[in-house]
Amino acid sequence: MPIIKGLDKLVKYNDRSIKDLTTTPTAAGGGGTGAIVHIKTLTASGDSTLNFVNGASGVVLDDTYPIYKIEFINLHPSADGDYLRMNFSIDTGSNYNVSKITTHFYSGHAEADGSTAVAYDTSSDYVGTGDLTIAPSVGNDNDQAFSGSMTLFNPSSTTFVKHFISTIHEAHSDNLAVSTYVGGFVNSASAVDAIKFVYTSGNIASGKIKLYGILDS
Amino acid sequence: MALPSNKLITINDRGARAATTFGSISAGGANMVFIKKLTASSSGTLSFVDGASSVVLDDTFKEYVFTFNNMHPATDEVNFTFNGSIDTGSNYNVTKTSTFFGAYHGEDDGDAGIIYRANSDLAQGTGFQPLGYLIGNGNDECTSGSLHLFNPSSTTFVKHFIATTNDYYYADYSLSHHVAGYCNTTSAIDAIQFKFASGNIDAGDICLYGIL
Repeated sequence: MPIIKGLDKLVKYNDRSIKDLTTTPTAAGGGGTGAIVHIKTLTASGDSTLNFVNGASGVVLDDTYPIYKIEFINLHPSADGDYLRMNFSIDTGSNYNVSKITTHFYSGHAEADGSTAVAYDTSSDYVGTGDLTIAPSVGNDNDQAFSGSMTLFNPSSTTFVKHFISTIHEAHSDNLAVSTYVGGFVNSASAVDAIKFVYTSGNIASGKIKLYGILDS
Repeated sequence: MALPSNKLITINDRGARAATTFGSISAGGANMVFIKKLTASSSGTLSFVDGASSVVLDDTFKEYVFTFNNMHPATDEVNFTFNGSIDTGSNYNVTKTSTFFGAYHGEDDGDAGIIYRANSDLAQGTGFQPLGYLIGNGNDECTSGSLHLFNPSSTTFVKHFIATTNDYYYADYSLSHHVAGYCNTTSAIDAIQFKFASGNIDAGDICLYGIL
């Protein structure tokens, strides 16, 4: 018999059910796990490359998701004016050499307010199997880096090309604010199952690259 | 000794029901909520109509996102387009003003640049707004991208939209397009329709999400 009449009922009501909740109700802003699922975060520390390879180190890059999103957070180069480049693999990272085509344009504004531009960059667009440019001429002052995101559509398709769209903003090595817009497609009907990121001259001194999947059900 | 009823009420104070946050529970990306997926299979149109087939397109969310994945036309050299409705899909003909620009690059590396496409913007037009430009219908050709629609249920403001696509142009180019504009109406938008300007949507998926 409880020392206080009715305490047994009180304990029954406080049965830790709230603690054990794994989802929140829709009315509280939940309704499940949400459509954007974090898959993997890579943190750079003087790395020559950062790779997402399907099936390795907890990475999922297959038909689990129809759309993937990659976030670039303060990717800081060891070399001044370096180019962050990217490539895709169709053999889980054994080779990064798929055929690609991209467009590349930007807007820029100098810190000194003396120069502005909107222009297509024929030196940074790409046709071929090498590494394509996502962020050109990133500065390596202590506070310089670039951030942005890229969306990759249906990498597992064995029918269609694989479209991707990237928007980034960078602190340019010439002390400019530069917004860069890259779009293109992997010109292959093979499934893409790995992506690599690399600075051309030096290392990725610091920063994070985050991979997300977007659910369609 | 009986527990005073007011103490019991104090302990079971309905705090859980009234909670607005849930301690250590991660939202897990719950700020973007999946609503509906439509899969084309030689479809003339794909339509999202509020209240039909589990579609929500009302004041539940202040921003909606449509993703379109590998939209493949039956007909070569056609625009991928959308329009809005203010009468739950009876008519898709809202007035729109928009901008349309992008970059192009040929597979042969011989032609590239940035361009404003005056033939694809609208100035108080009620026709369908192009999102993807002259898509090819080769087996591997298609367009993918996304369309953001802001506050469609507003009865005060115009309804802004912003879209980004990457297109496999029929003449073997990669095209990257940035489209934005507004539905120039103070009526609520409650349905959105997608179609190719000519011919069917042979294949492709369109998903609708709400942003909390």
